[in-house]
Amino acid sequence: MTNLVYLVPLFPLIGFLINGLGWRTIPKGVAGAIGSLTVLGSFIVSLLIFFEVKSSGSTTVVHLFDFIQSGKLYIPFSFQVDALSSLFLLIITGIGFLIHVYSTSYMHDDEGMVKYFAYLNLFVFSMLLLVLGANYLIMFIGWEGVGLCSYLLIGFWFKNRDYTNAAKKAFVMNRIGDLGFLVGMLMVLYNFGTLSYQEFFGKIGSIDAPGAVGDSLYTWIAVCFFIGAMGKSAQIPLYTWLPDAMAGPTPVSALIHAATMVTAGIYMIARSSALYNLAPTAQAFIAIIGVATALLAATIAIKQYDIKKVLAYSTVSQLGFMFLALGVGAYTTAVFHVMTHAFFKALMFLGSGSVIHAMGGEQDIRKMGGLGKKMRITQITFLIGCLAIAGIPGFSGFFSKDEILAAAFSHNPILFYLALAGAMMTAFYMFRLYFLTFTGPFRGTHEQEHHLHESPAAMTIPLVVLAVLSIVGGYVGLPPVISEHHTLEHYLSPVVTNFRMHHLSHATEWMLMGLSTGLVVVMIVVAYTITKKPNFIPNTGLASVLENKWYVDELYNAIIVRPLEGLSNVMYRFVEKLGIDGLVNGVGRSVRWGSDRVRLLQSGQVGFYIFVMVIGMTVVFALSYFWIQ
Amino acid sequence: MLLTLLILIPLLAGAVSFAINGNGAKGLALVSSLATLAISGIICDADVTSFSTPWIPRLGTQFSLLGDGMSSMLCLLTGIVMTVVIIAIWNKEVERPGAFYGLMLLSQAGITGVFLAYDALLFYFFWELALIPVYFLCSQWGGEKRIPVTFKFFVYTFVGSLIMLAALIYLSLQSPGADAYSWQNIVRAGSSLPASEQKWLFWMIFIAFAIKMPIFPFHTWQPDAYEQSPTPVTIILSALMVKMGMFAVIRWLLPVVPEGVAFWSDTVITLSIVGIVYASLLAIVQTDIKRLVAYSSIAHMGLMCAAAFANTHSGMHGLMVQMFNHGINITGMWLLVHMVEQRWGTRDMTRLGGMASTAPQMAIALVIISVANVALPLTNGFIGEFMLFNGLFESQSPYHITFMVVAGLGIILGAVYTLNMVQRTAYGNATEMVVAKDLTANEYLGLGVIIALILFLGVYPKPLLELTAGAVNQIIP
Repeated sequence: MTNLVYLVPLFPLIGFLINGLGWRTIPKGVAGAIGSLTVLGSFIVSLLIFFEVKSSGSTTVVHLFDFIQSGKLYIPFSFQVDALSSLFLLIITGIGFLIHVYSTSYMHDDEGMVKYFAYLNLFVFSMLLLVLGANYLIMFIGWEGVGLCSYLLIGFWFKNRDYTNAAKKAFVMNRIGDLGFLVGMLMVLYNFGTLSYQEFFGKIGSIDAPGAVGDSLYTWIAVCFFIGAMGKSAQIPLYTWLPDAMAGPTPVSALIHAATMVTAGIYMIARSSALYNLAPTAQAFIAIIGVATALLAATIAIKQYDIKKVLAYSTVSQLGFMFLALGVGAYTTAVFHVMTHAFFKALMFLGSGSVIHAMGGEQDIRKMGGLGKKMRITQITFLIGCLAIAGIPGFSGFFSKDEILAAAFSHNPILFYLALAGAMMTAFYMFRLYFLTFTGPFRGTHEQEHHLHESPAAMTIPLVVLAVLSIVGGYVGLPPVISEHHTLEHYLSPVVTNFRMHHLSHATEWMLMGLSTGLVVVMIVVAYTITKKPNFIPNTGLASVLENKWYVDELYNAIIVRPLEGLSNVMYRFVEKLGIDGLVNGVGRSVRWGSDRVRLLQSGQVGFYIFVMVIGMTVVFALSYFWIQ
Repeated sequence: MLLTLLILIPLLAGAVSFAINGNGAKGLALVSSLATLAISGIICDADVTSFSTPWIPRLGTQFSLLGDGMSSMLCLLTGIVMTVVIIAIWNKEVERPGAFYGLMLLSQAGITGVFLAYDALLFYFFWELALIPVYFLCSQWGGEKRIPVTFKFFVYTFVGSLIMLAALIYLSLQSPGADAYSWQNIVRAGSSLPASEQKWLFWMIFIAFAIKMPIFPFHTWQPDAYEQSPTPVTIILSALMVKMGMFAVIRWLLPVVPEGVAFWSDTVITLSIVGIVYASLLAIVQTDIKRLVAYSSIAHMGLMCAAAFANTHSGMHGLMVQMFNHGINITGMWLLVHMVEQRWGTRDMTRLGGMASTAPQMAIALVIISVANVALPLTNGFIGEFMLFNGLFESQSPYHITFMVVAGLGIILGAVYTLNMVQRTAYGNATEMVVAKDLTANEYLGLGVIIALILFLGVYPKPLLELTAGAVNQIIP
């Protein structure tokens, strides 16, 4: 089955081609069916591959064709099927399929539905290339490919200038990260002569003692790759595109900007665990950026009123948690959280889509309230998502988040306390969102209230499936105090090597678990009391700073965007037009000026010519006389 | 013999074209381009071909042609570009079509000759032959500011050529004889000169190529010339004539004065890279699409030139691939600019918008060609750019990492200006672009060929890499 792995990306590619070429003639329903069924096909193949890898535990490289070959430079187009990639295949195609199904209903009234499914299939194709590639260049192809799809889908409603600005911002910020990725790749290629994972990690392994090639070399490569991850996975300082990316249709936010694409950075670093284990400085850097992002985004989420913006900042924050796990060397934990987060965050985004659908496009939670009465399935599934992300014991997020906290604690207690603060804020803003949306009185217009309804089955079934996964998804990684057998860690162990994990005593673990759970419950109660009688008076002081996202966008505009435009304008007006072109034209003019003067010598008076000739000869004679002397 | 035909067909067809008027000229041009396309296909398929016959023995020059992988590839590019352009602008009404297409074909003959010439004087002859028709095309059919702009363009490039001619004569005088100007002789003469002489000879030769490509700061003629020329001529200028400069660096500079090259390569790479950032910044503030694409092209040429002087196998191979790909992509870009101007009567991006609603097929083509322009993977632009960056990174220069990283800023800035353009023309609400006809059949065909090449060579670059591998091995063993 692993030899048929090319089928996995091939199906969505075919779907893209059909919908992309036939966008004017294909009926909407057919486009939705093609889009969904091709991803279902990929999911089935992925499932078979997953079980095969699970039983054999082997790594297979499937060579498709030679991509780039030039002298020593050889990069094949090949796929690597192993524990890590097969797990991501399942997440991408599984959640991808649910979101495609959801979209058939959500996007049904949109005139661009065929185009939408073409883009969505293209995204799945690119994402699959990203995780399947057997070398960094194929990963990079998928990496930029998902960036393009993200751009196209954020700007899907292209008539709105704000939306296309958001799309552009996402692409450009990702490009900044991509430059880091590119430099990292070139460093690997330059020093190791290969981009293939197996060869590269083999060579790292053979020169185990840091210093043989240079400890700092590993650090540089690791940091460069991480810069790429910062862009794609929205970490400080490249995170501001992700909240803006909410301009796209909501299922897109669920699939691309929560469950899959933004976790590409985590995949990349987990994939390169052999490298990061040799670069402790880079690891520390990742942990700091991760925890800082987790906290910053969580503070912003507390004061947002747009349902999707809260979820967006929550995603940024959760990604920060994952990077914290990577930074402390707990790669499998990060991957575990990628998986559970994919379930509950996709669930909540789709739930918010259901809410927005019912509210007729309204996204402001100040105008919602009490929706639970009219949309019971959305409410319950959303609540399950909130319980999972907050980390209530028994739900999937509890297990993965607890693992991150434990890993942080064993690495450095300061990181643990910061992460704990982040987890508390998470519980608070999530339940603030939940209570404001689903409980209390309705605060919108009568017209909206009349329109409220539960979404059709094509939308609620994916919600239910994801809700179930958000509950049971955590049981593949039980904490050591409950079970010594960590299914996921065992499964990933052939590919991902965790870095010197100190094992905590059971007593410490119970204590950490109890502490975080207790505080989370307190925060939920706080959220409940605050939202019981909500007042939406304008924010002042710190609250207003948080509502305005710490003014980071304004800061970037002031220190990067506008100076760059100013510089470009100055360059164009002065350096180009006056300076260089002025010089060129000046040379031309001075030649003409000179010729005008020289022309006067041609006066036609023979006497003048003879006079000049005599002078000239005298000068020549005089010069040659002195020359000979 | 096939090589000679490749030059003769457009030369004769061009001469005949002056006599015909009306649509016959267009048909003749199409037939001639298809013929050259077919022949270049054949020589690409064959191994290295060459042809030589005495020309002006008294001057020591021969009519000597060489079709190696690099030359064949560029001839193929010329054939494709000419054919696609003629098809895509089929509906364009030009005044005096006989003269217009005649000059286009004459220029093609000159360009092809440059790519094939294996004799320095013959090379110079074709170099100027390619320029003169373009001068008339710009000055007769160009925009309102065409006269001063073409004059500047002509004088600028011509001065460069004359200096190069002086250098070539100087080199030929080192070992006079019946084959004084043959490539081998020039290379032998040049490389045996002392380093001190090679250092100044380098600039005498390079200045002509630097102006043609163009390399910062010799580029100011170019945005004006691109803007004022009629678009088919702009395509010849940017898809083909700038490749003459790049090609000439590889054939007539790097092997001729190797020590001069070694001495100046860091300087030239620095200029090229400054040019990338500089041109990209200027592209951001342009409102005329033509000027934007012109500056974008300068940035792309900067990267190619930097890699040419990096003296690495991968960089040189990437350069070969990128010469082809840049020619294809920029042709597509100009065709779109042309179609926009034809339909909406303006190139001012502040007045455009909404193409995705009014002419969706055209908008799709614009998006695809734009992502190729920013070298997105699985488009042809990526293969070349990746190899160029790799070549730059691997160079022996102590500044190789700095070079690569600064040049890499181009991929960020490139995204900024390219997406600005897409946003301003394709997205938003149709304001002035209300009524529009979507792609006509011939435009569809022309852009279709371009897009097919973009995607095919982006996914499977092997044919192009194999075609040029031999030539690269010759230059950098």
